[in-house]
Amino acid sequence: MAQITLIEAVTQALAWEMAHDPSVVVLGEDVGVNGGVFRATQGLQQKFGPERVIDTPLDETTIAGLTVGMATQGMKPVAEAQFEGFIYPMMEHIACHAARMRNRTRGRLHVAAVYRAPWGGGIRAPEHHSEANEHLFTNIPGLRVVMPSSPARAYGLLLAAIRDPDPVMFFEPKRIYRQYKEEVPDDGEALPLDVCFVLRDGQDVTLVTWGAQVKETLEAADALAKEGISAEVIDLATVKPLDFDTIAESVAKTHRCVIVHEAPRTAGFGAEIAARLAEHSMFDLYAPVERVTGYDTHIPLFRLEMKYLPSVQRIVEAARRTLAV
Amino acid sequence: MSTCASFQIEHLQFLDAEGKLCAGVTAPALAKDHAQLLALYKQMLFVRVFDAKSVALQRTGKLGTYASSLGHEAVHVGVGSAMRPEDCFAPSYREYGAQFCRGVRPREVLMYWGGDERGNDYSGPRHDFAWCVPIATQCLHAAGAALAYKLRGEPRVAVCCVGDGGSSKADFYGAINVTGAMQLPLVAVIINNQWAISVPRKSQTGAKTLAQKGIAAGLETVQVDGNDLLAVRSTMDTAIARARGGGGGTVIEAVTYRLSDHTTADDARRYRDDAEVKAAWAREPMKRMRAYLIAAKVWDDAKEEAWKTECAARVDVEVNAYLESKPQPVTAMFDYTYADLPVDLAQQRAQVLAAEHDGH
Repeated sequence: MAQITLIEAVTQALAWEMAHDPSVVVLGEDVGVNGGVFRATQGLQQKFGPERVIDTPLDETTIAGLTVGMATQGMKPVAEAQFEGFIYPMMEHIACHAARMRNRTRGRLHVAAVYRAPWGGGIRAPEHHSEANEHLFTNIPGLRVVMPSSPARAYGLLLAAIRDPDPVMFFEPKRIYRQYKEEVPDDGEALPLDVCFVLRDGQDVTLVTWGAQVKETLEAADALAKEGISAEVIDLATVKPLDFDTIAESVAKTHRCVIVHEAPRTAGFGAEIAARLAEHSMFDLYAPVERVTGYDTHIPLFRLEMKYLPSVQRIVEAARRTLAV
Repeated sequence: MSTCASFQIEHLQFLDAEGKLCAGVTAPALAKDHAQLLALYKQMLFVRVFDAKSVALQRTGKLGTYASSLGHEAVHVGVGSAMRPEDCFAPSYREYGAQFCRGVRPREVLMYWGGDERGNDYSGPRHDFAWCVPIATQCLHAAGAALAYKLRGEPRVAVCCVGDGGSSKADFYGAINVTGAMQLPLVAVIINNQWAISVPRKSQTGAKTLAQKGIAAGLETVQVDGNDLLAVRSTMDTAIARARGGGGGTVIEAVTYRLSDHTTADDARRYRDDAEVKAAWAREPMKRMRAYLIAAKVWDDAKEEAWKTECAARVDVEVNAYLESKPQPVTAMFDYTYADLPVDLAQQRAQVLAAEHDGH
């Protein structure tokens, strides 16, 4: 069995589903002959033809609107925004139509579509190529927001996203596209949406994160272990709708929680988790909830971007603070 | 210097404002099909009766804000009647005449403007798009439907309507651009009624016609008198046949006039002259079609009055169905958000339901 990277798992999932469901099409800028600027759609046009792997005109609004239209007529489009920072022109179609089509037609029409986008910073990219803005979508009713953090989860969650009858924002942490390889059986087995994944069991503190920060958070857990601190690590995987029960159960055990995310802090999704802990888990907590996040600034250009991204050190220090109370 | 490309925009009109065939143009075969023209005229009159009743309902507090279709009857009926049931219509929010041709029920229009999502759950066609308030976005949805039909090899056509204001929006350009690039079976109808709420047509663009925007996209392009049912319908027939046959898309600019306020929440006297509106009434679409049918001896004043009475009775049935409908249960706001209710939303639903039972 082949060892593959996260981005190869994306390609593998797309290829599996296109081979098994003729209603699935891929569309976006440069997704065809070029196989996508990150190669997420590498080889798909050769395999499935230009009718199913569609190079669109260079207009994100067009991609987003076509996706809504196709989906209402029974296709399952998987649209690509070339970078998360280019997704803004798509938002009217996502918020006003994809997300609410089922509701506003009382179920007559619906949009079973996936909007994929390479997400986040840390790859020394030009301006507007490094955005982390999942919180803009988690506030929109009707959407799912999914972020894989390993090759296996990328494969299983993308299959689930395409098969889901509602629109799914599928944000791919491009910093870890090629971080490591693992065996991912190409068996068409989806992973469940709407549930967190507990990546590491621990007793002393719960570290909650998603996307590329899973990497630093696991490294922080290793560092904490050397200090005799046992950290539990939870990957949200599906950011919205939130599987809060898994977090609450963990915090009931550890009594401490650190939330780690790349997006800016204020009204980032960490705020929602902290609010729910305040509502439901107040008396389980021995220390204030800590957030390790991007700052309330624009992500700097790449000479400074690593100073912006949550580091292992910042996560370790936050965990220590919860244990010092 | 040489000319590398040149274009012209045709303007089509067959019936003048008095209902006489224009001199010097060859009328389409439809001009002689009096039975069909009569049926279309009766549909136009039905819409006008329905529209007046809807405005009255709003004025008496029985309907929310309503967008009138007054003056658009020829273009709406001309568009809707040219389509097959399996084609797909993407309206903006006032094309009731087109939608009634396709099977949408008047009570559904009232339900929508009466604050109830069930209005968008059309009786038919089930695949048509819902009313679309975000301007011009429906054009791209229609293009997406057209792309789906093309990919599946289905001989179906998507038709979208957009206003003169909407033709300024990126979504409109995107839709016609991709239609040209992919040779999609789309007919985009710009209903130029001269006013985007308070902003006149001349403030939308420096282009001499709105139709010519289609040329930039590589589409067939024509301007028609939108108050002339013959011109609208025959142009639609040509455009739809071309699209269905794989010949690609068309942009039709139908020049008409919004005789009403933008919606019942608007007061057009704030921004346009009575003289302009009065002049527009002289060109309105009903009068010329009625005169043409009377001259053809298939219609007369007595038949007109009888049909109006019949329309009023039919509209009353629809109004009563709307007024007698009960609001949806409060849980309806949750039940269509997702195919299956997520756990956290189910909790909110349960809270609301419990509060209802407690009488909050």
